[in-house]
Amino acid sequence: MKRLVVVDSNRCVGCDLCVYACTNRYGHIGISKSAIHVRSAGGVERGFVVIVCRACKDPPCARACPVNALTLRQGGGVVLNPSKCIGCGFCVNACDIGAVMWDSEFMKPVICTHCGYCVTFCPHNVLSLEEVG
Amino acid sequence: MVDWVKSLSRVLYIDLSRKLFWVENREDLFSKWLGGIGVAIQLYREEVPKGADPLGPENTAIFAVGPLTGVYPMASKVVAVFKSPLNGFVAESHGGGRAATAIRFAGYGAIVIKGASDMPIYVVVDEEKVRFRDAGALWGMRSSETVGRVLREALPGAGYRTIMRIGRAGERLVRYATLTAETYRHFGRMGLGAVFGSKKLKALVVIGKKGFKLPDIKAYREVYRELYELTRGPSTRKYHDLGTAANVVPLDKLGALPTRNFSSGRFEGAREISGEKLAEENLARRLACTACPVACIHLAAIREEYEDEKYFYKTEFVPYDHEPIYSLGSNLGISDRYGLLKLIKAVEDEGIDAITTGVVLAWATEALEKGIISIKETLVELRWGNWRNYIKAVNYIVLQPNEFYKSLGLGVEEAASRYGGLEFALAYNKVEPAGYHTGPLFHASLAIGFRHSHLDSGAYSIDQNLVASGASLPSPEDAAKLIIGEESWRQVLNSLVICLFARSVYTGKIVEKALKALGYDIDELTLVNLGKRIYLEKHRTKALEGFKPDQVRIPRRFLETPTPLGQVSEEYLRKIIAYYSKLVSESTESTL
Repeated sequence: MKRLVVVDSNRCVGCDLCVYACTNRYGHIGISKSAIHVRSAGGVERGFVVIVCRACKDPPCARACPVNALTLRQGGGVVLNPSKCIGCGFCVNACDIGAVMWDSEFMKPVICTHCGYCVTFCPHNVLSLEEVG
Repeated sequence: MVDWVKSLSRVLYIDLSRKLFWVENREDLFSKWLGGIGVAIQLYREEVPKGADPLGPENTAIFAVGPLTGVYPMASKVVAVFKSPLNGFVAESHGGGRAATAIRFAGYGAIVIKGASDMPIYVVVDEEKVRFRDAGALWGMRSSETVGRVLREALPGAGYRTIMRIGRAGERLVRYATLTAETYRHFGRMGLGAVFGSKKLKALVVIGKKGFKLPDIKAYREVYRELYELTRGPSTRKYHDLGTAANVVPLDKLGALPTRNFSSGRFEGAREISGEKLAEENLARRLACTACPVACIHLAAIREEYEDEKYFYKTEFVPYDHEPIYSLGSNLGISDRYGLLKLIKAVEDEGIDAITTGVVLAWATEALEKGIISIKETLVELRWGNWRNYIKAVNYIVLQPNEFYKSLGLGVEEAASRYGGLEFALAYNKVEPAGYHTGPLFHASLAIGFRHSHLDSGAYSIDQNLVASGASLPSPEDAAKLIIGEESWRQVLNSLVICLFARSVYTGKIVEKALKALGYDIDELTLVNLGKRIYLEKHRTKALEGFKPDQVRIPRRFLETPTPLGQVSEEYLRKIIAYYSKLVSESTESTL
């Protein structure tokens, strides 16, 4: 199994192409369906914060879900069952690193599947997909 | 009509006088004119009456994005159209940062800002509403960087918003004040900052997080991948490596780097302020506008020890590009890299256009040297290379302690008309020149280009190609056709809206494919013709406002200082201008 990692956020130039790549998986453009988020670290001169799911072994988001819509993913992180999800947003609050995004169109969380599509479109080697045991 | 056009056609109108806003569906405009400049010029014609005071409530600031914004790499710019307080004509300025995607993903194709507030305000736009906020606490703040920081912390949307704001220069109506986005990007030229200031509008924040469904994901991905590879290819490499500062050394070698108020094309200190030297010694970080893999924004770090305490330092970040290096560097005889960066920083903090500021100060320096003015006017000794005094002068341009600095705040032409020295007051139609002295085509393009900018048609590269090939000058008519042809095609790119650094990537064929994947049925030839029509719409608008190209002043200095193609002939320039003038007036007559 693989997981997405931020190799070096100091290489990030803030182009957001990873964000657009992620949203793209759903056949959309924009930001609303991205599981990855980039923002400045308090002014762009300080660089950027790249927020991705770090594939926790014991994910707080799963524990916060009242309807078992989030189940453990092999290799870390969670898998969302959208049919079960009632859109309460507890998972968003449970993730201290802010890596559970929110799709305000469907009112459900956006969960990183660690597919690595964003890695393909990072021009500056900020991201990579790494093998996990 | 294509769904894509529908989603782009929402135009947000904001009336600052009445503190009202509304959204209109302008499919009529977006289906006919694509977006960007094509649409913005039409909105301008609707909104700004003939004879409107650029600093009055009738002037309107229009921001427009296009069908490719946020869709493909390097479709990263916003076009702003407004009446320029610098020269009194319709003007266009482009800005990057996150502005383009924030507007698009807030759900708008354009934002139209009308009227004027009676008190300082800032405006926050999101997907649902517009909020008018009291800017009393921000007004008069010394650095526009601080304004950005305060708003950054006070508002939501980190990562998908733009914070466009003015500095003190805009508040004080310096005619070439800029509008700054994301601290280091600017709607730099023609005084949009003063227009904001006249409306008592300190900042426009746009927060946009929407997404849009693509009509054909497979086709889209194919074009996307092609464009992604191309925009990372050799044609954009120099912008990534050294940034536009890569131009300094080659231009100097060519004898085309404007130095000491264009009195020479060679600068003995060029190497010290070159892109190479800046990268080796000062480059701290590179940044990108949203959706751009290139990251041309180069930030230098400067470390400064406080005079009153040993080992007490501060580190500041300063963006650099070819244009400020020319205008505030070689053109002011500054080869001290640290001094140049400090001067750029002062210009950034005040929020004034770096090009105009440099040209204005160069004129003042020469006027002082020639005894046309005295230290009574300038208050500080303006001498080539003395960056400390230039920093003081930058502050004076904004604070305006006397009549002289008030005049400097009106631009070089206005200042020289009052004090003398017009022959070395460098501007075409009151717009100060960009950093090239490559040859006659560049100068002709400044005279007849819509923005009087090097970006209108990139004619400096036509000159450079002529130097390289050793070919003889084209006839004035052919030169005019070359300039106008290129400017016309760029109207397509500026309607999509593509960053012009990707101009060689976005060929007609690629644009056709890129639009097709979004459901547009428009071929290359149609695009070319659309570009020509937009070109005429723009230039006609300016002609109707009273622009008389035949009366454009050509400063003697431009003709005297040799270019790599020799001295520029006034007769040659006048013939190009006459060709342009005839083209626009004939088209105006035929359609009115």
